[in-house]
Amino acid sequence: MSASDLAALVRSGSRTAADVVDEHLGAIDDRDGEIGAFLHVMADGARAAAAEIDAVVARGGDPGPLAAVPIALKDNLCTRGIPTTCGSKILDGWRPPYTSTAVERAVAAGAIPIGKTNLDEFAMGSSTENSAFGPTRNPRDPSRVPGGSSGGSSASVAAGFAPLALGSDTGGSIRQPAALCGVVGVKPTYGAVSRYGLVAFASSLDQIGPFATTVADAALLLDAISGHDPRDSTSLSDGIPAVTPSLDDGVDGVRVGVVAELTQADGIQPRVREAVGAAAVALEKAGAEIVEMSLPSVVHALAAYYLIAPAEASSNLARYDGVRYGLRVEAEDVETMNARTRDAGFGAEVKRRIMLGTYALSAGYYDAYYAQAQRVRTLIAREFAASCDRCDVWIGATSPTTAFELGAKTQDPLTMYLNDVCTIPSNLTGAPAMSVPFGADGDDLPIGVQVLAQARAEPLMFRVARVLEESSP
Amino acid sequence: MSARITRADVEHVARLARLALTDDEIEGLRADLARILEYEDTLAGLDLADVPATAHPLALSNVLRDDERVSSLDRDEVLAAAPDHEDGRFRVPRILDEA
Repeated sequence: MSASDLAALVRSGSRTAADVVDEHLGAIDDRDGEIGAFLHVMADGARAAAAEIDAVVARGGDPGPLAAVPIALKDNLCTRGIPTTCGSKILDGWRPPYTSTAVERAVAAGAIPIGKTNLDEFAMGSSTENSAFGPTRNPRDPSRVPGGSSGGSSASVAAGFAPLALGSDTGGSIRQPAALCGVVGVKPTYGAVSRYGLVAFASSLDQIGPFATTVADAALLLDAISGHDPRDSTSLSDGIPAVTPSLDDGVDGVRVGVVAELTQADGIQPRVREAVGAAAVALEKAGAEIVEMSLPSVVHALAAYYLIAPAEASSNLARYDGVRYGLRVEAEDVETMNARTRDAGFGAEVKRRIMLGTYALSAGYYDAYYAQAQRVRTLIAREFAASCDRCDVWIGATSPTTAFELGAKTQDPLTMYLNDVCTIPSNLTGAPAMSVPFGADGDDLPIGVQVLAQARAEPLMFRVARVLEESSP
Repeated sequence: MSARITRADVEHVARLARLALTDDEIEGLRADLARILEYEDTLAGLDLADVPATAHPLALSNVLRDDERVSSLDRDEVLAAAPDHEDGRFRVPRILDEA
């Protein structure tokens, strides 16, 4: 059942919040042993929150648009008093002293946090196999990965453990797992959702966003969590426009650019290409104008990202030093303590990125690597901006492939990085993008089509996504 | 700028990053960094002298806030999460060389 239907039943008193929570906790009990979506199930907290909502309804009050809707939270979102591990041994056992703004706002709208979900350690990965606490499996085929890094959140929605989830997207970590699990996933405009309480990976790229089974549910959650927050100085002062009011306005006259680099590139599976082509046909039938186009600098996005993101990560992750929280490996002097703690606490991919980022920022290499990557970033943003005289939104693949088998891409880091080739451009430009399920491949694995929009143009992006959802094969 | 990464390079960067790597990790990371940086060399050939580096993905101007007192995190709660603390402060092993 959709989040909006569920909330409507609870708000009208037709169903209790307690019953809703028990049903979802039951689903987790039944199947999460197999899937591994959750690192921590908040059973007691969820039941207590349900009792409060039922009390509000009993008094004739309105618990909000997300009344009693269970929501799964990626475990890099701080939750006061509740373990927040980032999928890392270095934060094992840590309980944050505050709650992230996005979670507070979802709760204020009536949603009930039901658990913390598995992720690639510090959100670095595309399969959720880099978690220190073991992998998550794809509910559509448990021999396959759910994507990543928000694989626990996408799997929890796909498995019916929660109608809604929150994730974070630095290079595709919401959209790619949404595509692989067959759910809707949204990376909003940079600054649309406060990052306060999101454990930082790459601060100029990170953005929190929703997972849902329907475009309308994703819209409800985005409207609940977006808006300016004085505790995040990068949050947009005017926020973004609400997306729900115009959701069903259609695409008549909308110019849709089909980006060759996000559709035809090497490594994009034929069935995924065909899905993007079918999506364009569906939009044209609904009244959109289709514009085939090329954005040549997009091919450099992946290389730029794998300098910028590790560079920012190497700086952000300097805080895990065994002093203020988390793990400490004791040593005689403080520097040895720092270095041993970090070697013991971080996994292989996190160390690889810290090393890469530290190298790219080190004396003698800064201009050649980091500064050059930031120029490429400008180049890509300019190219998207220049194409706006020909189109209003863009479409392409979300992920080059459908869900792959566990272990299939863990041998070579570059092979894993290529999963993000279609999603990274939007993180570099700061513009919004989302993935919508659109058909399946020959093995019945879901395919996601990506809709990209200009900054703060979420309402138009959601209108396009809604048409795709209705015309999905 | 094709990167030839030596073991000494990895050890130098590991020191900067405060990572006490094992011998196996050093060799694995040397190979990984060499391979990734070879891929990164695709950017080196681009002539971008006239393109400014991105400083912020969206054009935000300076953000100021009112100078108002607000409550901070509870000190005892924060210290309770630390591996070691004493007299209201974080406690660490010795920093200087003297005994």
